[in-house]
Amino acid sequence: MIEVRWHGRGGQGSFTVARLLGKAAALFENRPALAFPSFGPERRGAPVLGFTKIDDKKITDRSEVVACDYAVVLDETLINEKITNGIKENGTIVINTAHPEKYDYLNGVNQISIDATSIALEILGRPITNTAMLGALVAASGIVSLEAAIKGIENELKPSLVEKNVEVLKRAYNEVKGENHE
Amino acid sequence: MTEKNRYFVSGDEAVALGTRLARPHVISAYPITPQTIVVERLSEMVEDGSLKAEFMHVESEHSAISAAMGVSSVGARSFTATSSQGLLYMAEGLHYASGGRFPVVMMNANRATALPWSIFGDLRDSLSQLDSGWIQVYVEDAQEALDMMIQAYKIAEHKKVLTPFMVNLDGFVLTHTYEEVEVPDQEMVDQFLPPFETPNKMSIEKPMNMGFSTSPADNMEFKFQQHKAMMDSIAVIKEVDQEYGDMIGRYYNGMIDTYQCDDAEVILMTLGSVTGTARVVVDALRAKGLKVGLLKIRYMRPFPEKEIQEVVKNAKVIGVLDKDISFGFEGTIYTNVNSALVRMQSHPQSYNFVAGMGGRDVSKADIEEMFMDLLHAAKGEEIERVKFINMGVEING
Repeated sequence: MIEVRWHGRGGQGSFTVARLLGKAAALFENRPALAFPSFGPERRGAPVLGFTKIDDKKITDRSEVVACDYAVVLDETLINEKITNGIKENGTIVINTAHPEKYDYLNGVNQISIDATSIALEILGRPITNTAMLGALVAASGIVSLEAAIKGIENELKPSLVEKNVEVLKRAYNEVKGENHE
Repeated sequence: MTEKNRYFVSGDEAVALGTRLARPHVISAYPITPQTIVVERLSEMVEDGSLKAEFMHVESEHSAISAAMGVSSVGARSFTATSSQGLLYMAEGLHYASGGRFPVVMMNANRATALPWSIFGDLRDSLSQLDSGWIQVYVEDAQEALDMMIQAYKIAEHKKVLTPFMVNLDGFVLTHTYEEVEVPDQEMVDQFLPPFETPNKMSIEKPMNMGFSTSPADNMEFKFQQHKAMMDSIAVIKEVDQEYGDMIGRYYNGMIDTYQCDDAEVILMTLGSVTGTARVVVDALRAKGLKVGLLKIRYMRPFPEKEIQEVVKNAKVIGVLDKDISFGFEGTIYTNVNSALVRMQSHPQSYNFVAGMGGRDVSKADIEEMFMDLLHAAKGEEIERVKFINMGVEING
């Protein structure tokens, strides 16, 4: 089972993307998935977590995610030295930042960074980075195919938002893929 | 299964999808966390015309259940949904509905009861209403939730049953977790669940007295009939489960479900979504050669006495996981299970684990601890009779 933990603030779409990834896996790759938020009241701006579990067989484990394979950080103001807690050994943190060197102090996990905010501002005109971060995660992990992620966006988002978010997804995907090839 | 019939939805949304397929005439409900999304989705379905029903924005849960009884009394199909404090606010109406033999169907999102205030999940709300005369089923995942909304009407409206029906989902862990469900075709559901027909309704052609008073001369007979209907519902529950499986393709094994119980020395009993987590733990312990099994209690009323007795007869020790406590005694599920056990000629020893109250996570390690305790007891070691799992304070410490 692959477990992903999404870090964002209320209103940034971090749970939407947790669900989108689950949907991409379940509906478009026939792989069972669960997606759930950190339970409780929802407040704009407050730190929130989202979780996606994906497996090749039916997932019945409904306990909290203790150790994740990937942590994806939509908002870098949430980063402190504790953020790597609960990431598996050899796990990966994917960070939205224009200054990856700031996080060199995070030890023990693989780090991938992308300036998702710039991509989102350029294409969407708004700093909503969830689909960019999904593109980065998909490129870094191969958890689902790019095609399944695109279908997930088409299925999940309002039709008026689909085209530009698919563009965001592909841009982020290619950026991370490009860096990995270097 | 065509692609259009597969949805990635939350437990609450699965309830709304299942309810729509059952074609209720009237929905009367008051929103409360974590049930809210059920009511939101149903109101959207009524608004967009995909559900031809009247949506009543009632001012309280007491009114929600009252309206639902009114709907039922004219022979129409009603739906309501609530949780926790809302269920408790309905309590008077719960007895009224069962006594009046109104086959109302309700979804309840299991949530802790105040005080202290908590919006998170446990079973103290519905278990405190075990004696209200409602059938109570507890589901494990979103698919079972969807399927049981449809089965609920068929069972509740059966002429031998005519008893209200409560479908319970664990708050948040189930209501707010998204997963894939398969949604049956409307035509198939229509075939399975024909329109509600009852001779007991307000009618100009055949006027009758409903919701009346009784005297000591006849009250007990009414209560006996209520009891008998609930006992008779066990056979109906099994028939309906079979018929649903034959038509739609999913069976839930009636009153209880079992996992790896055949040769199990120790068996843990669970309700609801924590059963899924326990399945994983059973697999892990079986891989180590430990003879552990799992019994999922689906219905708390009627209670699966015979079914439990049959499964546990060869076990040495059983445990009951309660996400509740009856203050001053023990977990309510445990009390019920014990009552079934003592009617056996010889029965396994039983132990109680109180866990997961107020939304506390029940981890795989917690469940493993329960199984290990039971295995120790099976070897004759002494373990606590009622144990609170994963708690931060000491009792009498």
